[in-house]
Amino acid sequence: MNGAPTALAATFDCRQAFAEALADLARTDERVVAVCNDSVGSSNLGSFQKEFPDRLVNVGIAEQNMVGVAAGLANGGYIPFVCAASPFLTGRALEQIKADIAYSQYHVVLCAMSPGLAYGALGPTHHSIEDLSWLRAIADLAIVVPADPEQTRAAVLWSADSGRPSFLRISRFKVPSVSEAQKDAFAFGRIDVPREGRDLTIAATGVMVSRALEAAQDLAAEGVSARVLNVSTIKPLDEDTVIAAAQETGAIVTVEEAAVEGGLGAAVAAVVVRNAPVPMRMLGVTGFAPTGDTGFLLDHFGLNRAGIVAAALDVRVRR
Amino acid sequence: MAAGMAITGDARRLYLQAMAQQVRRSIVEMINGAGAGHIGGDLSVTDILTTLYFAVLRIDPETADRPDRDRCILSKGHCAAALYSVLALRGFIPKEALQTFMQPLSALNGHPNRRKVSGVEANTGPLGHGLPIGVGSAVASRLSGKNWQTYVVLGDGELQEGSNWEAAMAAGHRGLDNLVAIIDRNRLQQGARTEDTSRLDPLPEKWATFGWKTVEVDGHDHLQIYDSLTAPRSGRPLCVIANTIKGKGISFIEDRVEWHHKVPSPGEFERAMQELAE
Repeated sequence: MNGAPTALAATFDCRQAFAEALADLARTDERVVAVCNDSVGSSNLGSFQKEFPDRLVNVGIAEQNMVGVAAGLANGGYIPFVCAASPFLTGRALEQIKADIAYSQYHVVLCAMSPGLAYGALGPTHHSIEDLSWLRAIADLAIVVPADPEQTRAAVLWSADSGRPSFLRISRFKVPSVSEAQKDAFAFGRIDVPREGRDLTIAATGVMVSRALEAAQDLAAEGVSARVLNVSTIKPLDEDTVIAAAQETGAIVTVEEAAVEGGLGAAVAAVVVRNAPVPMRMLGVTGFAPTGDTGFLLDHFGLNRAGIVAAALDVRVRR
Repeated sequence: MAAGMAITGDARRLYLQAMAQQVRRSIVEMINGAGAGHIGGDLSVTDILTTLYFAVLRIDPETADRPDRDRCILSKGHCAAALYSVLALRGFIPKEALQTFMQPLSALNGHPNRRKVSGVEANTGPLGHGLPIGVGSAVASRLSGKNWQTYVVLGDGELQEGSNWEAAMAAGHRGLDNLVAIIDRNRLQQGARTEDTSRLDPLPEKWATFGWKTVEVDGHDHLQIYDSLTAPRSGRPLCVIANTIKGKGISFIEDRVEWHHKVPSPGEFERAMQELAE
């Protein structure tokens, strides 16, 4: 088996779909505003700024203030979309996310740009692998990780309508579409099953969903039927679909572009051990990354089709 | 409309003094009942909150959520007992509820929760959170054209948190003249004097260089506070440095660092209530 793509599918930077959806929303709902930390360019907000100059609040390089300002705007009747690089939004403003947004229950959408290993060779200071672990521990905050542009757009529309605080992880690393065949690209709280299978389950999120589908193709070639789950809502988790996967396939591999300590793997494991214990493998980022571009680093941590196939064959032996 | 808005001069002074005395008695009773609380800061901020809620804020407990209400954010959320007392006296929450302060399952937590308590705008407690929220509220007021005023009440010790200065810079840059920061300048923090811990002075100059208009008042003189908050403003946010005495109103608590969150003994409680009856 090899690590090359199966087809030359078109790939997309989800920030573009995000920016288009946000602008569409802003045209129809005057409560929608954007808040950023000097991140107009990196959040793709240039055209939003041109069209709605008064509704882009750039607070400068000041993430704690940025999140607090968003809470105040929500208090004043607006629906703020906070757009900032994920490592700084989450790490620098974690207490504001907890107290001002989640505990205060203000309808703010935290849009984490370029998460995971997206910043590549800029290094671990700029990687955002801890975000899912940190935020899963915060009560009353929805965590959504779209896997492609269609899901990104649908998640943005959902978040504006949801009336609740949420965290959207917007990928920069280019991904192919995985949901275009579905009737609706994204439903909050629902795990999608883009590929059915009997022998084991690969539960993936975000960037890793397309790679999980590639791995499932390779496994099929070896006679192993792998179910693939697209976990686009990390919190609250669709427990029924996880339990069914454990009961029906008997083994689970989780794959995330994040630290395994508290992200998707931990969330799935908590459901599995309570309800239907089966062998699991958790693939993710297992330490501060060495120097390298995003593609290199994903390979380095085994977050590619070969790595997923190896984990799947390994976990299946232990069924 | 609060009574303090309709009357003027000495009548307003006497009215606010009477309200403040009731608030102080309520604070001491609540802390006595709970066996916990931040008595020193509660008593230093009492006259600021009383002036705001009974003479300045355009708010109404009957329409507590109306979109164009004035906002008051208590950034020093540990002084919840003072806030709850004012909110009860102003009709936002039942007075009987004050007896449940910090009791199991009470709505009145040690720090305010807007999801549980009418009149609370933000769930403060960790320091340095109120002013950024106030900046957002002030931007929303301007953007919506509803033109409410936003008042943020801060402790002086919490000015050591950098987030305040991020917010101060943004507010100055935007010229948010619908935003007021009121500093409860009691010069004590939990462990020591502010100036012996991490110096804040010269405080007016600091705010001025961030683009704020600044004024210093006696933070226990209701009319000085009132005048500072109601003077016309133009082009710049306003910082009112209210010079206060931590523990104000109870002789043996005033300006003593150990009374940050000490609870009075039964004998001290008796003496405190006697002093507040005079």
